[in-house]
Amino acid sequence: MQRTLLRLSFCLWMMTMACRKGDHIVPPVVTPVDSAKVDGYLGFYLLNEGNMGSNKSTLDYYDYTTGNYVKNIYATINPNMVKELGDVGNDIRIFGSKLYAVINVSNKVEVMDARTAKRIGQINIPNCRYLAFANGKAYVSSYAGPVVIDPHAPIGYVAEVDTATLQVTRKVIVGYQPEEMAVVGNKLYVANSGGYRAPNYDRTVSVIDLETFTEIKKIEVAINLHHVKADRHGDLYVSSRGDYYTVQPSLHIIDTQTDRVKKSLPLATSNLWMHGDTAYVYGSAFSYNTHEWTISYNMLDLKTETLLPGSFITDGTDKQIKMPYGVAVHPVTGDIYVTDARDYISPGTLYCLDKQGRKKWSVTTGDIPAHFAFLPAP
Amino acid sequence: MKSLWKIRCTGACLLLAGSAAAQEIPDSNRVRDLREVRIFAPRPVREISPGQTLQGAQLQRLGAQSVADAIRYFSGLQIKDYGGVGGLKTVDVRGMGTNHTAVFYDGIQLGNAQNGQIDLGKFSMDNMQAVSLYNGQKSNTFQPAKDYSASAAIYLTPLRPEFRDGKNYLLKGIVKTGSFSLLNPAVLYHQKLGKRTALSLNTEYVYAGGQYKFRYRKVNGYDTTAMRKNGDVNAFRAEASLHGSMPSGDWSTRVYFYDSERGLPGFVVNGVFGHTDRQWDRNFFWQGQFRKDIAKRYSVLVNAKYANDYTRYVASDPTWLLIDNTYRQQEAYVSVAQQYTIKPWWTAGLSADYQYNLLNASLKNFSYPRRHTVLGALSSSVTLPRFNAQAALLATLMNESVRLNSASGPKRELTPSLVLSWQPVKNEDFRLRGFYKNIFRMPTFNDLYYTEIGNSRLDPEYTIQYDAGFTWNRPRPGKVLENIFLEADAYYNEVTGKIVAMPTVSQFRWTMVNLGFVKIHGLDVRAGATALICNQVRIAARMSYTFQQARDWTDPQDSFYGDQIVYLPRHAGSLIASLDYGDWGLNYSQLYTGERYNAKRNIPENYMQPWYTSDLSLRRVVRVKKTELTLTAQVNNLFNQFYDVVISYPMPGRNYKAVLAVQL
Repeated sequence: MQRTLLRLSFCLWMMTMACRKGDHIVPPVVTPVDSAKVDGYLGFYLLNEGNMGSNKSTLDYYDYTTGNYVKNIYATINPNMVKELGDVGNDIRIFGSKLYAVINVSNKVEVMDARTAKRIGQINIPNCRYLAFANGKAYVSSYAGPVVIDPHAPIGYVAEVDTATLQVTRKVIVGYQPEEMAVVGNKLYVANSGGYRAPNYDRTVSVIDLETFTEIKKIEVAINLHHVKADRHGDLYVSSRGDYYTVQPSLHIIDTQTDRVKKSLPLATSNLWMHGDTAYVYGSAFSYNTHEWTISYNMLDLKTETLLPGSFITDGTDKQIKMPYGVAVHPVTGDIYVTDARDYISPGTLYCLDKQGRKKWSVTTGDIPAHFAFLPAP
Repeated sequence: MKSLWKIRCTGACLLLAGSAAAQEIPDSNRVRDLREVRIFAPRPVREISPGQTLQGAQLQRLGAQSVADAIRYFSGLQIKDYGGVGGLKTVDVRGMGTNHTAVFYDGIQLGNAQNGQIDLGKFSMDNMQAVSLYNGQKSNTFQPAKDYSASAAIYLTPLRPEFRDGKNYLLKGIVKTGSFSLLNPAVLYHQKLGKRTALSLNTEYVYAGGQYKFRYRKVNGYDTTAMRKNGDVNAFRAEASLHGSMPSGDWSTRVYFYDSERGLPGFVVNGVFGHTDRQWDRNFFWQGQFRKDIAKRYSVLVNAKYANDYTRYVASDPTWLLIDNTYRQQEAYVSVAQQYTIKPWWTAGLSADYQYNLLNASLKNFSYPRRHTVLGALSSSVTLPRFNAQAALLATLMNESVRLNSASGPKRELTPSLVLSWQPVKNEDFRLRGFYKNIFRMPTFNDLYYTEIGNSRLDPEYTIQYDAGFTWNRPRPGKVLENIFLEADAYYNEVTGKIVAMPTVSQFRWTMVNLGFVKIHGLDVRAGATALICNQVRIAARMSYTFQQARDWTDPQDSFYGDQIVYLPRHAGSLIASLDYGDWGLNYSQLYTGERYNAKRNIPENYMQPWYTSDLSLRRVVRVKKTELTLTAQVNNLFNQFYDVVISYPMPGRNYKAVLAVQL
């Protein structure tokens, strides 16, 4: 009896010990969402940030030639890349034939072929944040400059990278914790946040002369600057995140002729996308004092620099969006893309709206869908 | 059955009806500690429903480095392990979350008002007599209100002074060494001071370089092996306790000091295979306990504690945000528990506890919270020959004040519990048991006040537990198969108002909210047997199996609605098998943790592979005159399996340890 009992328990034990399968690369998920229609663009890439420390930054691709949304393409296209794309994607751009993705915590700019997303190489820049391009050069902002004044926060810099060799050619010190950049003429504008120095945030936009690659001036704007985008009229739109307590987020317009702030709007701007003479702006303002936040979707007329009436989402789709985290507009069709990061630790959603702001389709993305890059048709 | 008497008197976990330890009662001519006679014999504690216990020789055989390593063999419990000797190890009982488990050290709760987590990796097994887990609560009839205040409780019982062969002292030295450049000497000294008093001194030093190889590999993809770095630990622990007895009473007092510095190896992601973060911890506490029967039917138990904790955390990578934060916590606790015996089979208890907590931190705009908690517990127990029951009602009052920002509002809670046990057949050690408990956990200071994350508007997080099960124990004296036991419990838990981090405007801006509703269906099974072959070889085995379906029912609009919650395997199990022959002992232990998901949505991107590790140890006792030497050689993770318990925190592969213990 004892033996039977022992054998039986042994068998039971072995049954629970289901063998573990090999650890496979997670394959892409293909979802047909729309009919095939190429209007000047073959597709767009969507970079998912992934929550910090989870190594879940992933790349999704929408293919206009098939109408398929393909989630998580990088790992399968580049199976030999150790630990896949990396941790916390922060920006993505296409320049020439290459696709550049800033992977913040992985301290690199991943460089891929723009058509295939096949890895070409990487540019190692610690704590890198955003990308800009001009004259065959890539510009990468980084938090990780030398520790000069504040012993607790390094000052930031911008690296100039040769897009042919992928080597850093020059560096220039800017303000604290620089974020997005924009090029107007021969000048590079860098929004400095000073996020590591809270509550003593930086308040400036650094102006870099691209010829000499030196900072020629600093424009005082507002605290905790984040995005900077140039319109077609030589103006820059710079967003301030506020301090999450009493200073509200806002949007500021800089005239690049005079390099002065010419207008400030009390508009919460988490991100914006310029399409023709319209800026699509969404904002989520949060306060630690009330623990409440408000979400808004607005359009700005870039000619008159005034807010257009109404939201750019018109059919109530905004009610489904928990946490808007990215916006883009198709340069030709005017279709609007909005991402929802939801709770930041589960898959997000991409919404496609027509130019009247009515939902066309939606699809599940990676974690924290955020940054877009459109791939032009050749 | 002297040994049984000894175990029963050990203080914490004694009514072993059906619990595994009872099956391991050694036979008297082989195991020497039988001659040990404790000079204090606290009256046997009456428990309605026993917990799971590992103790004495069984615990030693496991050769566990820390409490966390030993407790993994219990059912219904998961250890969240960040890897390595110095890695954080916390426990989650029955899927309710780490903060719902109270950990008691020598009868008094270990507090951490800051984050509500006790790192079980910091508690050494060298001076541990017993480790027990109770679901719901320890259903003792005579205990402080604190013992009723958590969803689950772990009791760590340090060794109490024991003297043998008429000696009035005991001296034991232990040295451990092995992989991870481990060097771990410890000294234990017990001294009898007069007829009714004894002193215990215990000190330990742990150094581990903490380096180990780990490997990440994908089928038809990358395969990389690297070295885990910055996982070093330097820890020193010293404890002293005095134990005394008096007519119809006893007392004890203890001072504890722990000082450590460790590296935090951090997550492994693309491009980042190492971190330089460091942490310093200094913990001090004093506690005292006094118990006396004042009158024939009336007994009093007084507990008091003062604790002072210091933590410093430094993240010094110059390319990232530099962090250098210190946290200082203090806790004062006093409790008076009373028991009145109405009838020999019917008792009533009334306990009142007061606790004060404060936290100071070098954070900007920090609130400096202070918390006053008053707990009152009214309980009554019925102990009939075949039926036992305990009903308790716990009242909790909490008030907080802050120096900056706004304080959390006062909390008033009244929570009941009921424990039942019934033996349907007279001569069969088969008992049906069950419990119901409604309890909560208070938001921690971090939940409420951590700069830029905390939310002082939080409510407590509630749990409701229903449990039904049985224990069956069959001693077979004189047979080859000496003993078998089987225990099973099915349970259903609900967690409401779960405190979760909620993102705000970016992924680096979070806040805490009461959001989350989890339903947990579970099954715990434990079985074991001992056999004595040819009166010389004793084989013992115990196994546990856990099934848990813990699903998130927070919001039907979420993609993860109905999915299994983070890091909770549906299936888990453990096996311990030992073979003893004369002075030789062989122990094999195995753990299995089934597939899990590392995020809320159960999709392939979040899938975590099952893991199973096997540990093997061989022990030999050598006696030279009156000196006893024990040599142990251990191989852990025998099959060199690479796995993560927590995403991006790789665990060690095969590793070795050698232990030498000398006892005078």
